[in-house]
Amino acid sequence: MRIERKKLEASEGDMTPMIDMVFQLIAFFMVLINFSESEANNRVVLPSSQLVKPPEAPLEFPIILHIAQDGEVILGGDTYTAETLKVGLSRELSVIKAEKKNPGDANVIIRAHKDAAAGDVQEVIRAAQEQKLEKFALRVNEDQR
Amino acid sequence: MKFRNRSGDVKQEVNMTAMIDIVFLLLVFFMVTLKIVVQEGDFSVKMPLASDKSGAVDDTELPLKLRLKADENGRLVSIAMNDSQLGTDFDSLRDTVIGLVSGSKPGEGAEGGPEVEIDTDYNLRYEYVIKAITAVSGYKVGDQTVKLIEKIKFAKPRR
Repeated sequence: MRIERKKLEASEGDMTPMIDMVFQLIAFFMVLINFSESEANNRVVLPSSQLVKPPEAPLEFPIILHIAQDGEVILGGDTYTAETLKVGLSRELSVIKAEKKNPGDANVIIRAHKDAAAGDVQEVIRAAQEQKLEKFALRVNEDQR
Repeated sequence: MKFRNRSGDVKQEVNMTAMIDIVFLLLVFFMVTLKIVVQEGDFSVKMPLASDKSGAVDDTELPLKLRLKADENGRLVSIAMNDSQLGTDFDSLRDTVIGLVSGSKPGEGAEGGPEVEIDTDYNLRYEYVIKAITAVSGYKVGDQTVKLIEKIKFAKPRR
């Protein structure tokens, strides 16, 4: 009876160091994880520039426009062209107006693909300007070199 | 006797298996969702619709005109700043801008300083526009950023 019991105990190793390590790893990955990527779009590869720095505070009333390589504009999950963008923008603006703000207070964040035609980006900016939007942010990747 | 034996020899251990299972699941989840994110930043540009205001606002200074030409593949062919040809070199564009800006006082903040108007071919790749904006808006000395031109606008798109 006694001998049996001893065998049972010996089969269990000490788990404590392993669990310590695993918790350390979990903590590490939890700290590194970044959920703010939700505003990215996988059709867009941003150009990069040395001069930009990550903004200290998030921009007020952001309207994020993704411009894919073929010139399509993605706003809030819907796809537009530069001509039809007016519809989507006016929907965004009605939200801003409901909060008693002017279109000039909104920030249009333009995330254009690096190989998109510059003219397409200009058309999108023009369409936004026609909706009385004034503040634009051209989003680029930070180049560490 | 039997009673004492039990409480002395056999340690009352909690079963760890379930916890370790979940902990490993969490570990795998965080490892899979991890993406090394490149930091992003903005070039902030204030561009109201030009047509009705431009005459009143531009009192004496005309904007510097930056012309970017592209070939049929959207690659950059030439840069011209106020009619002086600069080839395709963004460094010489920066030097030109430094020369132009040093005349007027730099560091006057967002309100002062010259303005640049970027006029590109329609099919030029956006990447080159960003490079041009980078060259025009400043340069880096070590960790310090020296600002050159902060006011940027686009000319009418060329179809």
